[in-house]
Amino acid sequence: MSDTSLVFSRDARPSIWRKLREALTSSPVVLVAALVLAVIVLAALLAPWVVPHDPTRLTPSLRLRPPDGTFWLGTDAYGRDLFSRIVMGGRMSLAIGVSAAVVAVAAGMALGLMAGYVRWLDAVLMRFVDGLMAIPNILLAIAIVALWGAGFWTVLIAITLPEVPRVVRLVRSVVLSAREEPYVEAAIAAGSSTWLIMRRHLLPNTIAPLIVQGTYICASAILVEAILSFLGAGINPETPTWGNIMAEGRLFFQINPGIILWPGLVVSLTILAINLLGDAVRDALDPRMAKRGIDR
Amino acid sequence: MTQPVLDIRGLRIALDGREDQQLVKGLDMTIQPGETMCLVGESGSGKSLSALAVMGLLPKVLQPIAGQVVLQGQDILHAPASRLRKLRANAMSMIFQEPMTALNPVVRVGRQIDEVLEFHSRLGANERKRRVLEMMEAVHLPDIERLYRSFPHQLSGGQRQRIMIAMALILRPQLLIADEPTTALDVTTQAQILSLIRELREKQGTAVLFITHDMGVVADIADNVTVLKLGEVMEAQPTEALLRQPRTDYTRELLQAVPSHVPRPPRADSEAPVVLRAQGLNKTYVDGGWLRKTRQTMAARDVALSLRKGRTLGIVGESGSGKSTVARCIMRLIDPTSGVIEIGGTDIATLPRSQLKPHRRKFQIVFQDPMRSLNPRIEVGESIIEGPLNFGVPRDRAMARARELMGLVGLPSSAVDRFPHQFSGGQRQRIAIARALAMDPEVLVADEAVSALDVSVQAQVLRLMADLQERLGLGILFITHDLGVAAQICDEVMVMQHGAVVEHGPAGQVLAAPQHPYTRALIEAAPGRHWDFANFRPFAEA
Repeated sequence: MSDTSLVFSRDARPSIWRKLREALTSSPVVLVAALVLAVIVLAALLAPWVVPHDPTRLTPSLRLRPPDGTFWLGTDAYGRDLFSRIVMGGRMSLAIGVSAAVVAVAAGMALGLMAGYVRWLDAVLMRFVDGLMAIPNILLAIAIVALWGAGFWTVLIAITLPEVPRVVRLVRSVVLSAREEPYVEAAIAAGSSTWLIMRRHLLPNTIAPLIVQGTYICASAILVEAILSFLGAGINPETPTWGNIMAEGRLFFQINPGIILWPGLVVSLTILAINLLGDAVRDALDPRMAKRGIDR
Repeated sequence: MTQPVLDIRGLRIALDGREDQQLVKGLDMTIQPGETMCLVGESGSGKSLSALAVMGLLPKVLQPIAGQVVLQGQDILHAPASRLRKLRANAMSMIFQEPMTALNPVVRVGRQIDEVLEFHSRLGANERKRRVLEMMEAVHLPDIERLYRSFPHQLSGGQRQRIMIAMALILRPQLLIADEPTTALDVTTQAQILSLIRELREKQGTAVLFITHDMGVVADIADNVTVLKLGEVMEAQPTEALLRQPRTDYTRELLQAVPSHVPRPPRADSEAPVVLRAQGLNKTYVDGGWLRKTRQTMAARDVALSLRKGRTLGIVGESGSGKSTVARCIMRLIDPTSGVIEIGGTDIATLPRSQLKPHRRKFQIVFQDPMRSLNPRIEVGESIIEGPLNFGVPRDRAMARARELMGLVGLPSSAVDRFPHQFSGGQRQRIAIARALAMDPEVLVADEAVSALDVSVQAQVLRLMADLQERLGLGILFITHDLGVAAQICDEVMVMQHGAVVEHGPAGQVLAAPQHPYTRALIEAAPGRHWDFANFRPFAEA
């Protein structure tokens, strides 16, 4: 009987940022993953100032040295400091990972919104996306690099393009269910333009799943970059990337296994940390994943 | 006196076991063998929680902190899980509101009933099948051999609920708990299920704990009634006594809020201009095609209507009758297949989007579900002014008008800065109405706009709409499945069945002296139609 007497609930719904903060502190494993990632990212950002040696200076007399007090992880076949190269290589690998995630999410979001909301575009766009998805990621990437030659931008495109279809599908499915909501129909009835409806009523629904998808793309892109470099189809070998370092170390594996092991370990740790964080964020943002059963 | 089937004493249920977070505050209730007890209350009254507590199915965060629940001499609240499991099949069972989600979609329904017997009896396969078919016959399912092998999606809503009842009663429990079992069903189906429950109770002597929000259902089925409000028992009385002499103001208000099936006195004929006219309106859905045979579904067939300024036209019908299709065609949320829709003299049925926009102002809609009709991420004020901004109204003027509208629908003007989740369902529906009014429309389409609301809130929103109509001269197209609501607000009523209009006329005539057999069937199926709730007596005594 008290419909008109206002009792506002005080607690505003937790914002997306509060949920992300909660995700971070949800378990010690997640916290450790976040710390590991923070260290790797910081080292990469500050690389020019923190590396003990110039990562590109050739010193043939010091080639393939085992780890010691001067060269913490030893040297490679040209006498370059391995530790400095790994730290420096992180710049490129992480730059590729983050750029690929940002570009794939942005492109996928735009295409997904259009496919989900503009009916006649849907069929055309989705068949194209299906076709793209039928080609294995690595093959498509190698083909693109082979076609245009290796370089930061071609490698970035080669890594990003195969990720876009997944984002398009995700956004499209969210939009398809959101467009049936009465508040979207009310906006149509209010004469709102397609652009306004997309931006205001549909887009916000996609942000939570996209943050999660973005973390997976970032991890996958770092891995694909490493694979491309390892196969010699990646960025110019003079520029240190985690994949390049491993590719060069291949021949000297038996003399100094560290050349492959250490960058490999850093790649694994980075990807593990990103994926753990992605999972934690997904659990925090998606209420269906939250555990709340009935005890029976 | 015999031992009661169920005896609840001082049951308290709290969130996280906290004394200050009690959702059920001391429930006392006794049910004798063969008795039907109705637990009545609005949303948040704790009626479903109480039922779950009896079944031992409460979620972990909600646990009883005091009281006892005794089923045939056995304490349930402290019984171990294995004991409860046994009791749940043999001594008590439960049916739910939505029979589609309660049945396993990939298992044949006969097998699902059979499973209950298999787990809880030592009968052989043939004997079990015989018992299942017998039970299916007892719940009056047609063609039982075929239905035995059917999947849930092949059955109608009413048939699914019959399967649930068969499953619940096959072990002949002494207590059947029915949680809003007819709320999701059409009114004619509801009447059949209610009479089935009554019949089985008489035949098997099962006691029934019936949970409902609908006073009409109470009048039809209950022996005794317990009224709950926010977890507290307001009163408990035999049904007739409760309906005639409610002891508390709350029950009295609850009864008075029930929309009467007697149409309100007709208003004088109106000569006001026609604001909405539809002619030969058709909507056909085409399925399949290209390598498959096309299948056509006529969702609306040759619908004609006209609505004058300041009047209300009701469209009533059951689910699938096409009433919402008509509303959505008129709103141009879907495109009609053919026909004319005139709003303010312009045919908008085939106007392309860009040419339609200038006309959008004139017709606005209020939807059924108050939880979903406002964007949860933006302040309600922003939702309200979205339309006016689209038509070039300056922002500060639109916002000033939004504050004014808040007052008009009975909310403080400061509410514009709040988010939808900070309001109750009824308040949100008021905001949705304010949003529609912000466009200064000539026609307001209300698509089941009060169906999701508690009856007391429903009465308030209906009063608000009538009041706004009076003040603003709105033409209202009111879509509803509830004949009582239609009787209280409509000048004219249109009855739809299978996409076609079967009867159309002044409300007093259609609802009091129906001509078409379908209209008559609808009226006869309405629960509690013999009771004049507002005057606390049966109509026969009036």
